[in-house]
Amino acid sequence: MIATSLSSVLLREEVSAPLELLHAPNMDAATLKVRNLNVHIGEQSILRDVHVHIPSHKITCIIGPSGCGKSTLLKTFNRLLETQPGARITGELLLNGENIYREGVEVIDVRKRMGLLSQRPCPLPMSVYENIAFGCRLHGTRGRRKVMRKVVHYLQATGLWDEVRDRLHTPASRLSIGQQQRLCLARGLAVEPEIILADEATSALDPISSRIIEDLFLRLRQQYTIIMVTHTLSQAVRIADHVIFMYLGRVVEEGPASEVLHHPKHKLTQEYLSGSFS
Amino acid sequence: MNRTSVRVFLSRAAGGYMFLATMLALMLLLVIASGLFVKAYPILKQSSLWSLLTGAVWAPIRGFFGFLPFISGTLWVTGIAIVLALPVSLLTGIYLSEYAPSSVRKIAFSALDILSGIPPVVYGAWGVLVVVPFIAEWVAPYFVEYSSGYSVLSAGIVLGIMIIPLLVSLFGEVFSTVPKEIRDSALSLGATSWQTTKKVVLKSSLPGIFAATVLAISRALGETIAVLMVCGNVVQIPASLLDAGYPLPALIANNYGEMASLPGYEAALMLAALILLGIVIVFNTLSRILLLRIGRKYALQP
Repeated sequence: MIATSLSSVLLREEVSAPLELLHAPNMDAATLKVRNLNVHIGEQSILRDVHVHIPSHKITCIIGPSGCGKSTLLKTFNRLLETQPGARITGELLLNGENIYREGVEVIDVRKRMGLLSQRPCPLPMSVYENIAFGCRLHGTRGRRKVMRKVVHYLQATGLWDEVRDRLHTPASRLSIGQQQRLCLARGLAVEPEIILADEATSALDPISSRIIEDLFLRLRQQYTIIMVTHTLSQAVRIADHVIFMYLGRVVEEGPASEVLHHPKHKLTQEYLSGSFS
Repeated sequence: MNRTSVRVFLSRAAGGYMFLATMLALMLLLVIASGLFVKAYPILKQSSLWSLLTGAVWAPIRGFFGFLPFISGTLWVTGIAIVLALPVSLLTGIYLSEYAPSSVRKIAFSALDILSGIPPVVYGAWGVLVVVPFIAEWVAPYFVEYSSGYSVLSAGIVLGIMIIPLLVSLFGEVFSTVPKEIRDSALSLGATSWQTTKKVVLKSSLPGIFAATVLAISRALGETIAVLMVCGNVVQIPASLLDAGYPLPALIANNYGEMASLPGYEAALMLAALILLGIVIVFNTLSRILLLRIGRKYALQP
């Protein structure tokens, strides 16, 4: 584990040049505080008394065994969970101090502030160009030239531009899986969010594509707050700044990666990290 | 024989049997078409198919058999029905699968199942009792001096109502195949439900919507009893919505019993059935080609 973390430190140095952004980055943006969050789906309790604090400009990894509620927690952040039938959510979720579950908060405004990268890449049923333009237009970018500028910009930001510049108008489903996932990231960035949510975003990808996404995250950290659910411990070791360990719907341990991953306080965390269960 | 070879033999036998069953089902189309053709042959021998299809005069006693009034009657009634039913069904399908709470959805779909189980003759009777008088008293007076209400419009309305349940449940089926992840990704970009529906759900179900519509139209083309009760059964090429019409299925059903008395009449009715079959086949083939085009354009799996 120590060897991997060393190489990840080296990797970070290489790729830490920040990406240029079209919109002015909000330098003190997006902290997320969760207070007393409880989630039930039907009769089943999925999350219990969750308190976490997610720092800005850091990569926060949520780790834990399958079924511990990692993805559910992630989906409460952009209020996507409430589209699931039977979901009941109580508690507070403060985005820069403002409770996004307060009455009168418009869901689509919340979602615009967070880009979601799902487990399997999920391009919309349209062309590469339209996949990105769709989000831009939703949030008021008008005019062919302006939209095109954004599309090109975010394709460049995710390293896709050179690969797809001749195929902008072919259906996005024709790209490779790894390219599709980067397209989804570009699409999410194009609505200019403050937070990037990633739900095991590399688990369907080959090692090289996964590494490309990880590298992108490391660079994007300069402008965004990144929250990532991962099932791969080595990935957390490579890129996490902050770690949340969950077990059976509760947060067991939370803190800087150096502490949680290398000097876990809780017995469950120690067992999980040593591979006693997964 | 050892165990393995028995198992292999059984597997092959099952495969062969299923192939045979499939072939039989496919042969059915051929058998029906050729049976109709043989029976219709006498009239085809007398005059050309083209003159039969485009002839407007229907006078069996004098030996004139022009099918154009019936073909156009069929197309009018089916056309009206689909134009009326499609928007309603599409919006209902969208509402039930994208907007409605699951309790409403369950109740609505079982109600629709009941509706599609109502016998056509009941729809026909309802058409005679309600739709025909409504057209005669409330709609026709604004456009023509007199209409009995028995018209292609009435038939189209009744037929449209009959295919709505079928269309809605097919659309519901189609929308439910759109993966939740695709909806979620549009929603998490900040799209509203309507934007998600319009740009993502409808778009990725385009081939399905198309196929469902084709199926409903094929069903509508052959609907007989409810249509013949309200369409007026006057041999003419309808010139407006309020004219009476005489679709092909109605022609066959109304005259089947008395056909033996006149020379050529039986063959003419068999040809009517063959034409109906032909319309359905041509229509289905064309739409299949179109469907492939749509699928290729958007790289969707139809």
